[in-house]
Amino acid sequence: MSDSSSILGSTAAPDREAHLTPAANKLYGLMAEFESPAQIVAAAEKVRDAGYRWWDCHTPFPVHGLDQAMGIRATILPVLVFFGGLTGTIAALVLQIFTNAMSFDLWAIVWVRGYDYFISGKPMNSLPAFIPVTFELTVLLASLTVFFGLLLLNGLPRLYHPVFKSQRFARASDDRFFLVIEAKDPQFSRTKTEAMLQALKPLSIEALDS
Amino acid sequence: MSTLVIDNTWDDPAKRAPLVLNHDRFDTVTAEICRVNEEAKPPMAWYVTFGISLALLGLLGVMVMYLLATGVGVWGNQHPVMWGFPIVNFVFWVGIGHAGTLISAILFLFRQKWRTAINRFAEAMTIFAVMCAGIFPAIHVGRIWVIWWVFPIPNQMDMWPQFRSPLIWDVFAVSTYFTVSTLFWYVGLIPDLATLRDRATSKVKAIAYGLFALGWRGSNRHWHRYERAYLLLAALATPLVLSVHSVVSFDFAVSQLPGWHTTIFPPYFVAGAIFSGFAMVVTLAVPARSLWGLKNFITLRHLENMNKIILLTGTIVGYAYAMEFFIAWYSGAIYEQFAFVNRAFGQYAWAYWIMISCNVITPQLFWFKKARTSIWIMFIASLLVNVGMWFERFVIVITTLSQDFLPSSWGYFTPTWVDWLTFLGTFGLFGTFFMLFIRYLPVIAIAEVKGVMPQADPHYGEEGHEHESEHAFGFQPRRPEDKEEDQS
Repeated sequence: MSDSSSILGSTAAPDREAHLTPAANKLYGLMAEFESPAQIVAAAEKVRDAGYRWWDCHTPFPVHGLDQAMGIRATILPVLVFFGGLTGTIAALVLQIFTNAMSFDLWAIVWVRGYDYFISGKPMNSLPAFIPVTFELTVLLASLTVFFGLLLLNGLPRLYHPVFKSQRFARASDDRFFLVIEAKDPQFSRTKTEAMLQALKPLSIEALDS
Repeated sequence: MSTLVIDNTWDDPAKRAPLVLNHDRFDTVTAEICRVNEEAKPPMAWYVTFGISLALLGLLGVMVMYLLATGVGVWGNQHPVMWGFPIVNFVFWVGIGHAGTLISAILFLFRQKWRTAINRFAEAMTIFAVMCAGIFPAIHVGRIWVIWWVFPIPNQMDMWPQFRSPLIWDVFAVSTYFTVSTLFWYVGLIPDLATLRDRATSKVKAIAYGLFALGWRGSNRHWHRYERAYLLLAALATPLVLSVHSVVSFDFAVSQLPGWHTTIFPPYFVAGAIFSGFAMVVTLAVPARSLWGLKNFITLRHLENMNKIILLTGTIVGYAYAMEFFIAWYSGAIYEQFAFVNRAFGQYAWAYWIMISCNVITPQLFWFKKARTSIWIMFIASLLVNVGMWFERFVIVITTLSQDFLPSSWGYFTPTWVDWLTFLGTFGLFGTFFMLFIRYLPVIAIAEVKGVMPQADPHYGEEGHEHESEHAFGFQPRRPEDKEEDQS
């Protein structure tokens, strides 16, 4: 990330503060670089078993088995999506029944009135005819929930992150596998953690400034 | 790998055919795919295609302006054929737009890993095809300034859409389809945009790709949710893609006209849509893979698989044509019988037999492996299928409308030059967007392709392992003994 880190990550601000407060330029964490999926999985298992909590792996593609190796719990995204879809179903039915089968005002909430749409001898509440729109709105709201839920849970968009300062990290989207242990982890110790990472035989170890 | 592998279409059940040829490292894969976007100048063919497309797009603009300024009388739509070219073209483009979501969603759920090389491509095609489709119903209403009546917007007239009408279902189906396809496409793009951001050589590129990559950093905690989100989108898009063309077919089937009022329409339309969509993917993929040297990813095996799907769906379409005739005879309804005999032997027989020869006879070539793996045969066959599928919609719309119950109201439909040029113009819209897509966005899903390489498996190279990744972007079953610590 030679260019983009300086643009997307604001390197100027921390530097200016560095000589004001000694603690400003503090350690974000240690980053170890690995060459293959097998190595990152093995390393993740070690770090997990050592009891670390604030750490992450960065890979160019989802590595099979890494979730288990890291001990990541299943996401609650599907639950959110279920309720998103349910909202779509209810909203679509209410919309169609109110606008096509009822003639009363919602003036207390908003100035709109429904209309008894009597057409081709069908009953007012023609549920079968209302199904296609109900289905489409269910899928629409569920899909929007997937997308925005994914961004929300992942904390994206976040254009700046300490890992982007590393030159090596540009290869996390190409062919290298990184493991980052954050300094805020209660078990973190600059020397002990570094020794543990060193034992995993990484290609490199880098200290990241926050 | 010293010798270049070109043919991976062999059928040896003991050995899995590779999906990525001539690469055993991830960085060479990244470089080869990104070269399409990173090379200083695209091939000459890109400029030529882009130029022609842009000119046709201008033509579309002029035709639409002329239409809006003058009125729908400039078209050949006349009593009794009030649904002329606009509806034919709408169904044609929506149909093409179905292969993208089929490849990205249905093949994903079926764990067809070969989809990874063509899904990005096909999803882009879907989005642009649906854009082309959406133009026609909008300008077809005549009074474009009241097009907002199709949406349930509160207004001073207390007027609402009529939700029992298939035409309003169509509005919801097509707009939902466009939104969900775009989301699906974009979610897939995020990791690859991050790759392009990290490789960017200029500030403008780094900022542009960086903004759209949303700060993606390949975190495995993110990948975990990402994979689940992708699976959910696939599960939602699968019934959606089937519903959209079913709803399009309801536009016809819910009416009571002979030739339209049949229950086979939804499955028949969906099969036809997939058929035409795959033909369009082959039409686009064959030149693109040779122009940009993507033959290691869009391999002969990928093309062969697509041709197999074209054969299958083409045969389903042929079955549907035959079944329509059988039901017309079996129902004993004289109007239905007349409608079908008239289709095949009446005033539009020429269109009917073009349709049959392109859609039913042409794909039968693909029973032969020689034809399935011959670039020229598949390219020409895919073009013929595109032509045939346009004529299918022409036959359905025009023959039924021009001769219905009353002989006194029969007529013959003749398109005008505005009809033809508007249709031609939509190819400009499609081509312009597609060329821009090829130039500026990763045409192959880089992260997904890496995931299906044998090297992506953590057990790669171990004794007794069959060198094959379990799944890319798939559901990972959880074992109870796994330690759990992170709260999502």
